[in-house]
Amino acid sequence: MMASSYNAKEEDGHHSGSSSHGGPGAIKSKKPDNTAFKQQRLPAWQPILTAGTVLPAFFVIGLIFIPIGIGLFVTSNNIKEFEIDYTGVEIDSPCYICAKNFSWNSTTSCVCSVNFTLDQPFESNVYMYYGLSNFYQNHRRYVKSRDDSQLNGVESNLKQPSKECEPYRTSDGLPIAPCGAIANSLFNDTLELFHINQNGTKQRVNVTKKGIAWWTDKHVKFRNPGGSSNLSVAFQGTAKPVNWRKAVYDLDPEDPENNGFINEDFIVWMRTAALPTFRKLYRIIQKKPNSTPTLSSGRYVMEITYNYPVLSFDGRKRMILSTISWMGGKNPFLGIAYITVGSICFFLGVVLLVIHHKYDTRTNSAEIPN
Amino acid sequence: MGVDFSALRTLINRYCAGEENWVDSRTVYIGHKEPPPGADAFIQQRFPDNRVVSSKYTFWNFIPKNMFEQFRRVANFYFLIIFLVQLIIDTPTSPVTSGLPLFFVIIVTAIKQGYEDWLRHKADKAVNQCPVSVIQRGKKIKKESFRITVGDVVFVKEDETFACDLILLSSSRDDGTCFVTTASLDGESSHKTYYAVQDTKAFRTEEEVDSIHATIECEQPQPDLYKFVGRINIYMDNEAVARPLGSENVLLRGATLKNTEFIYAVAIYTGMETKMALNYQSKSQKRSAVEKSMNSYLVVYLCILISKALINTVLKYIWQADPNKDEPWYNERTEAQRQRHILIRAFTDFLAFMVLFNYIIPVSMYVTVEMQKFLGSYFIMWDDDMYDEELGEGAVVNTSDLNEELGQVEYVFTDKTGTLTENNMEFIECCVDGHVYVPDAICNGQVLSGAAAMDMIDTSPGPGGREREELFFRALCLCHTVQVKEEETVDGIKHGIHQGKSASFYISSSPDEVALVEGMKKLGFTYLRLKDGQMEILNREDEIERFELLEVLSFDSVRRRMSVIVRAASGDIFLFCKGADSSILPRVISGKVDEVKARVEHNAVEGLRTLCVAYRPLSPEQHQEVCRLLSGAKLALQDRDKRLSEAYELVEKDLILLGATAVEDRLQEQAADTIESLHKAGMKVWVLTGDKMETAAATCYASRLFRRNTQILELTTKRVEEQNLHDVLFDLSRTVLRHHGSMTRDNCSSLSNDCTDYGLIIDGATLSAVMRPPQEDLNSGSYKEIFLEICRNCSAVLCCRMAPLQKAQIVKMIKASKEHPITLAIGDGANDVSMILEAHVGIGIMGKEGRQAVRNSDYAIPKFKHLKKMLLVHGHYYYIRISELVQYFFYKNVCFIFPQFLYQFFCGFSQQPLYDTAYLTLYNISFTSLPILVYSLMEQHINMDILKKDPSLYKDVAKNSLLRWPTFIYWTVLGVYNAIVMFFGTYFLFDNTTFTSNGQRMTTNTQMMFGNWTFGTLVFTVLVFTVTFKLVLDTHYWTWINHFVIWGSLVFFVLFSLLWGGIIWPFLNYQRMYYVFMQMLSSGPAWLSIILLITASLLPDVVKKVIWRALWPTITERIQTKRRCLASEPSTIFMLSQTSSRISF
Repeated sequence: MMASSYNAKEEDGHHSGSSSHGGPGAIKSKKPDNTAFKQQRLPAWQPILTAGTVLPAFFVIGLIFIPIGIGLFVTSNNIKEFEIDYTGVEIDSPCYICAKNFSWNSTTSCVCSVNFTLDQPFESNVYMYYGLSNFYQNHRRYVKSRDDSQLNGVESNLKQPSKECEPYRTSDGLPIAPCGAIANSLFNDTLELFHINQNGTKQRVNVTKKGIAWWTDKHVKFRNPGGSSNLSVAFQGTAKPVNWRKAVYDLDPEDPENNGFINEDFIVWMRTAALPTFRKLYRIIQKKPNSTPTLSSGRYVMEITYNYPVLSFDGRKRMILSTISWMGGKNPFLGIAYITVGSICFFLGVVLLVIHHKYDTRTNSAEIPN
Repeated sequence: MGVDFSALRTLINRYCAGEENWVDSRTVYIGHKEPPPGADAFIQQRFPDNRVVSSKYTFWNFIPKNMFEQFRRVANFYFLIIFLVQLIIDTPTSPVTSGLPLFFVIIVTAIKQGYEDWLRHKADKAVNQCPVSVIQRGKKIKKESFRITVGDVVFVKEDETFACDLILLSSSRDDGTCFVTTASLDGESSHKTYYAVQDTKAFRTEEEVDSIHATIECEQPQPDLYKFVGRINIYMDNEAVARPLGSENVLLRGATLKNTEFIYAVAIYTGMETKMALNYQSKSQKRSAVEKSMNSYLVVYLCILISKALINTVLKYIWQADPNKDEPWYNERTEAQRQRHILIRAFTDFLAFMVLFNYIIPVSMYVTVEMQKFLGSYFIMWDDDMYDEELGEGAVVNTSDLNEELGQVEYVFTDKTGTLTENNMEFIECCVDGHVYVPDAICNGQVLSGAAAMDMIDTSPGPGGREREELFFRALCLCHTVQVKEEETVDGIKHGIHQGKSASFYISSSPDEVALVEGMKKLGFTYLRLKDGQMEILNREDEIERFELLEVLSFDSVRRRMSVIVRAASGDIFLFCKGADSSILPRVISGKVDEVKARVEHNAVEGLRTLCVAYRPLSPEQHQEVCRLLSGAKLALQDRDKRLSEAYELVEKDLILLGATAVEDRLQEQAADTIESLHKAGMKVWVLTGDKMETAAATCYASRLFRRNTQILELTTKRVEEQNLHDVLFDLSRTVLRHHGSMTRDNCSSLSNDCTDYGLIIDGATLSAVMRPPQEDLNSGSYKEIFLEICRNCSAVLCCRMAPLQKAQIVKMIKASKEHPITLAIGDGANDVSMILEAHVGIGIMGKEGRQAVRNSDYAIPKFKHLKKMLLVHGHYYYIRISELVQYFFYKNVCFIFPQFLYQFFCGFSQQPLYDTAYLTLYNISFTSLPILVYSLMEQHINMDILKKDPSLYKDVAKNSLLRWPTFIYWTVLGVYNAIVMFFGTYFLFDNTTFTSNGQRMTTNTQMMFGNWTFGTLVFTVLVFTVTFKLVLDTHYWTWINHFVIWGSLVFFVLFSLLWGGIIWPFLNYQRMYYVFMQMLSSGPAWLSIILLITASLLPDVVKKVIWRALWPTITERIQTKRRCLASEPSTIFMLSQTSSRISF
């Protein structure tokens, strides 16, 4: 009898006073829908991590990782790598004079040659890198100092480079092409390799300079402006970067497919390195069709046209010869890391096995207080 | 009406004379008529019009005001500053990265608030423009509601809602009363009677009303709905008559006129000054413990951020000291940069570092937390288990800010009547002079009418006894404020009451009264109605007796009694008084006190609510005296309440005891079970009630708050009278502490049930003595401490005889005690509002005593039993969910930003970002945000049935255990570890070795070198997978939604990266990401290192989890493990269990 006197309350239009959190509260609840979602009873998989359940996983990880690690380590060790520093810091090094006497203004380039010996022959393709140390290609001011639109051949940006290129944007009132600090500091040493035969004669080692940049960079991201008919015309009205010795359309005059912005040495340089010590692919020494090794063991001489100063910032220059495997270049780290993680997993698996046997059974049988 | 010179002079005089009280009251001129010159100076006060503005914004100020309010939040302001810094100085990341999320948040909030405000505008407009009849120059004029001004005489018809606060002048009824329902104000749907002043009730037409010449003096508006003090001066023939005005004369805005054809009334408070508008002032915002933890974590992270930026700035300048490092030939500054002063450069560098690392405090965390709370509260509202068929209502969430606080409750303060009990009163028996009368026992509404139903158990009383008996029945029929609600007024009330129950009901704000009047009906005396000041009773002989109602000394919780003064047809004047035994018995001078007292105590122990009834015959002289006393008090403008209670005190004395009644208030279903569960969950349950000790104690036993073996400690007035308070307190504390020393409560509850625990009973008077601020003497200062110490060791505390404010005081005291426990107050009535507002979490029960508790609560539930699910399931879940959410957010941003910090050491501290802009922006918005949001809505570490069955699980999350500093540090260290693994793992791959793509896919593409963006992308890929897998490890409840969102967001990351790197984006001025991701994926070592680094990152966390679970399992973990062992084979890696679900999604 009493209940009927407390009917549903009249709700007049005065919910003007609803608070800012009135959202959920404003909805007058009628009978809630009895769906699994609304009642938080959706069917669910309820996994629990216990020693017993993760134990097999640990052993499995250990058993997979250790062989992978060993494989990687062996592969890495089989890679032959030869590295030589030709900076010319010490007085007795061949390039000492070139390094010492370096001047931006000199018109003649300094040439020096470095002798070295390969103890073992290099099979299959050999990759030739130059390496720089203490060179901050990843400095923020440096990284952003480029104009991707200009490099993509956009006419307007050729004449009006992006502001990011400052202070390498204009030279004597003319826009620089390619503009920016990265392009300006293009690595311009020339490295040539000669094999010294038994009879003492130098034999040039044939190298390819194409195929060293990303395919997508060369064909999509980098493009010469104004068609490819005549590059010197296309670049009319632009200045060369201040530190360059030749204009961008003279980077490789012999091969129009490798000239201007799509010069592969240039493209490689434009991909800024992640760390201050880095190496960049320079040339590829193709495998010879016959069974002789690509680089047989013996004496070699490297002739360097020394154009690139690094001593001012304590930098070093290196030349690296390396073969590669399916996993890339020489890299013991990955193999060691795999072996380490695999062993740790295996060890932990053992520890967990002990714990599982000692404790899990006990807790399972223990009475759960209610 | 202008202010003339004399008025101005009076005004000046008033102020100069220093009449400060002037502003405390206002003078209203009815119909804007000046009073006669002699009476009082005419002062036109300025009042606001009747426009109600609940909206916050106007069309014009919306954008600036809303922006201002949003940016007043510290977090938003911080992000704005970061954004501005990015705009102004040359920073490593584009302003888009922080601007986009920020403005997304701001705009979404603005749209939401704008929409809410638009709704409010619409509501305001509807209210303000609704037509109202106003009397002007003897004619009714339709006005829009907002044009009403103070002093206007308003005409209101039946079923209309009052547009402002009004003083009733006259009504269509002859007696000048009208009926009003205040359902929309306080939820009481009963019809309340309001009275016109006797001198104006005759003015019943427009012309007559217009001729009233009167002023009203009343206090300035105040929010208390039930208080009003005023005076009306009526000028008749230049002679002023003053009459008192009280809350019974005031019709409040929002209330609705019922059962009355029309009324005339005068506006006294308008617009934003109405009591309703004053009550809208929002209650203070409660903040949850989780939010506080979150804010302190935020401060820590801000410190980390600033110190990171500082360290890097300092190192940068040390590193740059060598000019060849600072500016090598290949990387020169512009002229403008060189010109800048070193300090400015250092400062901008610092800011740039701040910007670079600012993602460690993500905008999205606030959005996610808000969304989690908002969406999460729907699960509470949707809960079918908390839906009550009878009321037709489910749980209501008034604020979603406190969802997780429900999982942290340590103290529960509950009201008794209506909360623990049904508040569905049933008359059980009455006792007249020791004779017990019981109405027919089977009384499920099907009771025979008339005297035949009466059944006397005891010996029949003699003739003298019969007289007393009938006086007792009449007293109960007269001494109340029950109204009769008529459904069919045509047929007449008498008819209705006799013929069908549906025809009329008794309505009262107190269910006890209804129960009593209905009980009387069963015993033969039927209360018919109050008509023209005459109360009509149908006696056993079916004769109508009429009593003239002279005065009502209404009930209040301090006096705990009420009285009426009536004049019988014979001319005898009686004062009938009913009330609690403690307030009646001391005032009794004769009657069979001992017999009645014995019966009362017997009933109280049974858990019945008892009332004593007494009377006092008044001689005409005494009546005169009483009238004088009461009217004197009623006329007072100041301290009226105090003077009234003094007057009542004088009137209600020298009583003759008639008998006592007993009313049963049954326990709510499953109340005992709920209390038991709360106890097991480690909560301390306090019952705060206004009831007397015996009744309350009986209820406590019935509801298993006190068990058979509970040792009861009493701290009551009786005991304190015997010893002094000081000794009692020390005695008790000694008892409790001795026990406490021997064994702790925890192992006692887990071992067996038969060890003693303590229950404390304290009453209001003693409590106020304990709470009294320390006196001069040395001892009393520590009473509060000792009391708290005792309370801490008692599992249950019963506070009886509490005034509403004392309830709040207790809550406040516990809140402020040194552990700062989380408190929850639950109640259903207006008297519980204060404690509901005071406690950390306030819960309202949708009870019989109106909606005030529900309105003021944070959550409202239909029944007390729903509290169990609310706390043990929802509270537990939301605490687990949000603590993971908060910790995870900080963790994933440490993982995100720490590699950037490390990278600075390898890029010459040049603020070079490690990741691409798109990754920086989208990391928190889309790659990692949805899985954690879904987790924080869906996670169920344990099935809810188990949570309900095993309340002790609640202890696992008590005291904010998942957000303590060690946990926080663990997560942060884990984040730093992951960051180091990710960064240096990648570093060693890149460092001085050929990390190259193998080019087997495209033959033209062999052995290319990777640059810095590939480095960042590799770290980022590992990062996204690691933090997502970390969540995978933490998820215990995999619904299809979790699967979809977790795997979906990883797929989205991969697809996005492919797309982002797959196209030359024309609108970007850099193409640094072009094919970076694809090239990376085409490299074998990249895949191998991604797998390795993810494994290495997750390994310690998995090991920690597993070992902790095996060696130091929490109760939660034990139950999870046990369930697993019961349900499935140990050989499977994960257990696969489908929860029972009757209905598919």
